[in-house]
Amino acid sequence: MSVSARRLWVLGMLLGIAFLFPALFAPWLAPHDPLALDLAGALAPPGAAHPLGQDEQGADILSRLLYGARISLLVGTAAVSVSAAIGILAGLVAGYLGGWVEQLLMRLVDVLLAFPGLLLAIALVAVLGPGLTNVVIALSALGWTGFARLVRGQVLTVKSQDYILAAQALGVGDGRMMRVHIFPNVMAPVMVQASFAIAGAILSEASLSFLGLGAPPGTPSWGAMLSEGKHVLSEAPHVSIFPGLAIMGVVLGFNLLGDALNDYFDPKRHKTSAPGS
Amino acid sequence: MAYMMRRLLWTLPIMLGVLTLVFFLIHMIPGDPVELMLGEYALPADRELMREQLGLNRPIPLQYAEYLKNTLSGDLGQSLPNRRPVTAMILERLPATLELMLGAMAVAVGLALPLGILAAVFHGRWPDQAASVFAVLGVAIPNFWLGPLLVLVFSIQFDWLPVNERGGLEHLVLPAITLGTSLAALLSRMTRTSLVEVLGEDYIRAARAKGLNRRRVILVHALRNALIPIITIAGLQIGVLLSGAIITESIFDWPGIGSLLLEGIYQRDFPLVQGCVLFIATSYVLINLATDIIYGWVDPRIRQS
Repeated sequence: MSVSARRLWVLGMLLGIAFLFPALFAPWLAPHDPLALDLAGALAPPGAAHPLGQDEQGADILSRLLYGARISLLVGTAAVSVSAAIGILAGLVAGYLGGWVEQLLMRLVDVLLAFPGLLLAIALVAVLGPGLTNVVIALSALGWTGFARLVRGQVLTVKSQDYILAAQALGVGDGRMMRVHIFPNVMAPVMVQASFAIAGAILSEASLSFLGLGAPPGTPSWGAMLSEGKHVLSEAPHVSIFPGLAIMGVVLGFNLLGDALNDYFDPKRHKTSAPGS
Repeated sequence: MAYMMRRLLWTLPIMLGVLTLVFFLIHMIPGDPVELMLGEYALPADRELMREQLGLNRPIPLQYAEYLKNTLSGDLGQSLPNRRPVTAMILERLPATLELMLGAMAVAVGLALPLGILAAVFHGRWPDQAASVFAVLGVAIPNFWLGPLLVLVFSIQFDWLPVNERGGLEHLVLPAITLGTSLAALLSRMTRTSLVEVLGEDYIRAARAKGLNRRRVILVHALRNALIPIITIAGLQIGVLLSGAIITESIFDWPGIGSLLLEGIYQRDFPLVQGCVLFIATSYVLINLATDIIYGWVDPRIRQS
């Protein structure tokens, strides 16, 4: 691994840990109940009792941020797990079997990718109704396409290799061939993609919650916190600043991890990257 | 010509797929869509009337055929609360969204080109590293955070720029920066990478060896070739700006198509939601088609591949 990739890896890991730790241990770390309201302290700036201040209903912003990390982690990992599972299966089947199965799956991918960015997720949540489960469904409905395209491309490369031809000659069945011989060899780029996809899913969940289409009202979701902060920007900017920093830090962390993994797994970049560059 | 025809034919099934998916959106509503739109206490007669108006009481293949016929003739149905044609409502809001997208593209290109050129020329030195930091942060910063931060600094603290409402150029500045920053980050990286590659080519070394000055070699000889992939990416990103505009418009109360879509969602006006989704997705497909055709026209290698 080059020095720059190592630096990215370390920074990404640090940001990732700074996110995972509160997400896992929020109940022990949060100084207050994230749902406890204290109207007398509404919009209070950061102070000793409330290190990041209080929101419009007087809830402790630090506690809500810590619990919000759980929601982001949950939605991010759930959406990416479902997307990866469907996408890997579709990509393996399309790439290995080819023919009409490949045509059908890849045209479906093309149609779904014709919806830019968040549009399809917004449309799906609009019909399914708000809520985190529906956010996961909406994000997965689009998210699998990236994995499917990637895995199909990898399978097309791998399946012409000698060891696959040898396994075919030995009479290995299609299912076993995909599971044992092809799947492990396409995992490296899938891990890179998963890292970027988690960043994307966390950002999308926050975007949907910001628009009022994600987490239910009152839930300590980072996007919803930002949306609430927007209305009190002039008198209490701290309500918006901290959730925004949290989202940016996490997205940055997973993007850097993705970059570092990409650099690590890509032998071409490996060889050409000069030491110290 | 053959490339253009191939690309056009490729787009037709995608468009049909988009139309079909948008048609089925209303059928994905769990339970009774009419109950969701009118509420559970609506009178049975009102429900029946709405079912009739939306055509939901007919067999699905018939509904689909009529939907295709109407959509292809430009009729996207009627908005439920105010009974106005959805197409007219979208066209009314289109100029505001186009203005925002143009502003965002100007911000993106205006920031990305100088940053990318500086980063490539000072490859591996501090301007390159500073541009890298901008690119990494620019992609990670959520626009629904950047927008309020800009408002906080430039409207509330310094009172330099107005916020909310569409008006003159000064009203466009903050929304355009909000929407254009992530694209600026992406394009600055592309410019840097593309220019570093071109600067290493033999013809650039030959131009330098002939004694041409450095600025001319970079700006005239290298940048012209480095720009081809950048223009393509910028073209493909126009469609992404269209979806990014949904959030930016909601931050700044910008009266564009994104705001219209959200109004439709909040009022459970599904014909309006369907119309906006279809319009944005179709525009995205057509913009990508136009970009591909222009790219193929500019670069013969693409046509022949």
